[in-house]
Amino acid sequence: MSATDSPVSLPPPDTAERSPWGEVLHSLSRSGTFLTGLGIVVFWIVCALFGQHFVPYDPLASDIINALTPPAADHWFGTDQLGRDVFSRVIIGSRDILTVAPLATILATIAGTALGLVIGYFRGIVDDIVSRVLEAFMAIPVVIIALLAIVALGTSKITVIVVIGLSFAPIIARTVRSAVLAERELDYVAAAKLRHEGALHTMFVEILPNVIPPILVETTVRLGYAIFAVATLSFMGFGIQPPSPDWGLSISSNYGMIGGGFWWTVLFDALAIASLVIGVNLVADGVHGAFND
Amino acid sequence: MTDPRQATNALELKELSVAYRVGRRNRAVLRNVNLTIKAGEAYGLVGESGCGKSTVALSVVRYLPRNGSITGGSIALDGKDVMKLDAEALRRARADSVSMVYQDPGKALNPSLRIGRQLTEIFELTGVTGQAAEDKALAMLNRVRISDPASVMQRYPHQLSGGMQQRVAIAMALANDPSMLILDEPTTGLDATVEAEVLDLIGQLRRELSASILFISHNLAVVSNMCDRVGVLYAGMLVEEGSTRDVFNDPRHPYTVALLRCLPRGGQRKDQGRLDTIPGFLPGIGATIVGCAFADRCALATERCRAEPPPLYELGEGRLSRCHYHDRAQSLPRATPAEIAAVTPKQAPPVLQVEGLNKTYASHGRPLRAVKDVSVSLRPGETLGLVGESGSGKTTFARLLLGLVPPDDGGSIELEGKKLAPRLASRSEDQVKAVQIVFQNPDSALNRSHSIRHILSRALKRLGGLTGKTLDNRLEELVRSVRLTDRHLAVKPRQLSGGLKQRVAIARAFAGDPRIVVCDEPTSALDVSVQAAILNLLADLQSKQDVSYIFISHDLGVVRYLSDKIAVLYLGRIMEFGSSEAVFSGPHHPYTEALLSAVPKLDRTESARIRLDGDIPSAANPPTGCVFHTRCPRKIGTICETQEPELTEAQPGHTIRCHIPYDELARLQKPKAMEPA
Repeated sequence: MSATDSPVSLPPPDTAERSPWGEVLHSLSRSGTFLTGLGIVVFWIVCALFGQHFVPYDPLASDIINALTPPAADHWFGTDQLGRDVFSRVIIGSRDILTVAPLATILATIAGTALGLVIGYFRGIVDDIVSRVLEAFMAIPVVIIALLAIVALGTSKITVIVVIGLSFAPIIARTVRSAVLAERELDYVAAAKLRHEGALHTMFVEILPNVIPPILVETTVRLGYAIFAVATLSFMGFGIQPPSPDWGLSISSNYGMIGGGFWWTVLFDALAIASLVIGVNLVADGVHGAFND
Repeated sequence: MTDPRQATNALELKELSVAYRVGRRNRAVLRNVNLTIKAGEAYGLVGESGCGKSTVALSVVRYLPRNGSITGGSIALDGKDVMKLDAEALRRARADSVSMVYQDPGKALNPSLRIGRQLTEIFELTGVTGQAAEDKALAMLNRVRISDPASVMQRYPHQLSGGMQQRVAIAMALANDPSMLILDEPTTGLDATVEAEVLDLIGQLRRELSASILFISHNLAVVSNMCDRVGVLYAGMLVEEGSTRDVFNDPRHPYTVALLRCLPRGGQRKDQGRLDTIPGFLPGIGATIVGCAFADRCALATERCRAEPPPLYELGEGRLSRCHYHDRAQSLPRATPAEIAAVTPKQAPPVLQVEGLNKTYASHGRPLRAVKDVSVSLRPGETLGLVGESGSGKTTFARLLLGLVPPDDGGSIELEGKKLAPRLASRSEDQVKAVQIVFQNPDSALNRSHSIRHILSRALKRLGGLTGKTLDNRLEELVRSVRLTDRHLAVKPRQLSGGLKQRVAIARAFAGDPRIVVCDEPTSALDVSVQAAILNLLADLQSKQDVSYIFISHDLGVVRYLSDKIAVLYLGRIMEFGSSEAVFSGPHHPYTEALLSAVPKLDRTESARIRLDGDIPSAANPPTGCVFHTRCPRKIGTICETQEPELTEAQPGHTIRCHIPYDELARLQKPKAMEPA
């Protein structure tokens, strides 16, 4: 028996190789798409966090005498109808959208992941019923849901977060569900059953870590849509309330004046929204590419 | 090119070196490979995975992955230097003179084009169009002996079985009448019966065509049946070459010697001793090799071997060996002592008793009987081997035992005299831990997000009911029992090789001291040397812990090595059941006979060749009478079509489901005793 009791010689585990996450980070660090997007997003985050220290004017200070001056040296982006500095308002305007949209996305991810795990894992009648309800829910435009919610709950950032979060959750749930459907067929799930593991353990400890990549990709994609949705709701007056500087809000209060030639009151806010959405989408593209190489 | 002899060589590799770029470093995969295939010759390339076999094939057509590059040497196809061809000439060479057949025909065929379209496409490349191309495609299908080629032309790949798909792939490869045909593991994913058919076909085509063949396989027996000459590749180097007969009967390199010894041969069984293994591991790709690449794993190695790289010694008669001591390669001592690996189980009451087990699935509204009326019993320390083609119900039967799928009402499964609930959820903790499984594919069976420590600790906690210090102690013991070390606990499954992963899976199954472990093709994804080590481990654990195995494998040699009893399944029914000895030595059920005959044998002895026609019928629509009658080479008449035979006792403990009386089977099968390789 002596010979069999000694362990066979084994090669050292290959540590020189990168871990899967290391591989993803490495691929992200070399992705131009990702880095460009990240640059744009980081720019706006810096504006949101530290903007008040470097903007030339108080974004709330009105100066009626200098109202509606076109872009010039002392007001780079001009002033609005109350004479407030548009540049300062655009920079500070990132603050609310960059809190509301990510929080809504996080809410959507958490709710959607839990829901997706449950319907993907149990399948059968649970899946049939919940999936139909989710589809019905997805058929209603976000704006209509928002309108109803605001009538019921009143206007606040919390309402916006909850409305956007819950209307995006089904989309994330669908992505998670399809990933879980593939995972649950793998033998490690059968092995968990053969240990009498509970459903919660199997879903959250066994399956969840393996479906993180598609969740991350979907989350970044959703963040782009969330920014767009927050801006839309502000534009419609459902989100951030005056006088807080906000891109969507600012466009809605000024777009009537484009006809009068005061284009600068709208253009820079619109560009800001566009750049942030594009930045987030580039990040999402990069993340998707890194996970699917 | 002025040398007239050179022109006669279909393929000539000179000092070929190939490297893959990984992490900014070029890692050598092939090292100065010299290889010549003469016109019309079939050359076999063998070696374990990671030796560079497929890289040779891909280099020949300059089809290496993006990070691969040829770092030295030359490749001549029909005397033309492949390296010097420009894009257009390379395309022409690929179109005209060389063809490849890959392992997985399902992936080689375009799923959204009809077979006819895919075949005519190739002729259109050569300028034949319309009806003429279609006629040629039909002729091609005839050539690969596909019955009813006209209807096959109209079908999509997914409507064909694996064997048919591979025939189509071969037809496509032959369409351009290549001078060089490269077959890369062409039968690896196929059932033994189908493999035999495809190999027969390749053998017949060889006689009809002038093509030279490069045949790549990890299966030594397959190569020995198909090839004139064989080369053994190790760590990207050719270590031995010679005529197939010489190399396999009289190997001159310790690696070849060791590789041949790893196979359970000539009906070897676990109680006759352990299988030999190859200690250590293949050098990683790109490793710096000083001296002989095999020295670390070779018991014959001396200082000279570690310091001085051996040249390819010429041994005469076209034999080459890259070993300083080629004359005594065969005296290589065993790496694993042959002492008895397992003791014959004592007569004890059965640990498992299965009576009348059925499983019916619903398939498009029709019942599909995956398992029909199966009864078996198993004693402690015994192994029951389940044998049959894919689709015969082996895995379903295993899942019924485990409780992963509930059986139909009526049958019963008893574990140590107590009835097992049909559903896993309603079984007691003790019953759950008593029946465990080692899955076929460790990549799927081990959670890739968890460390080995997490995987095994969790199993010990749930199955062994252990916590804290006792768990840690038991973990250490468990890890040692499968010959792993503490170092392996911290890593994730992907950092381990296939064999090591399978050891972790075995450890997990043994965490709760099981009574029965189902082994579902546990070695089919592994190389032969690793397979031998895993089989030894399973045999050791069995004799130490008195555990019973349900062993599923398509490799009859492996099944025979480990099994005490064998059940042969066909369409969910037991066709033959008995002691391993009785089932293998016969007389057997005609289906068993065909399965045994399909196994390629290393020594090239042709026993009575029995080939099954067509594919296994659908279980949703099984044939009337005896389910095997549609393919049975010994069908006796209408009784086979109308009346299902009973499973009758031929000899005590040996039952056969056949209308042919036992004595008659014995007479029919008399001429040759069949032994799997």
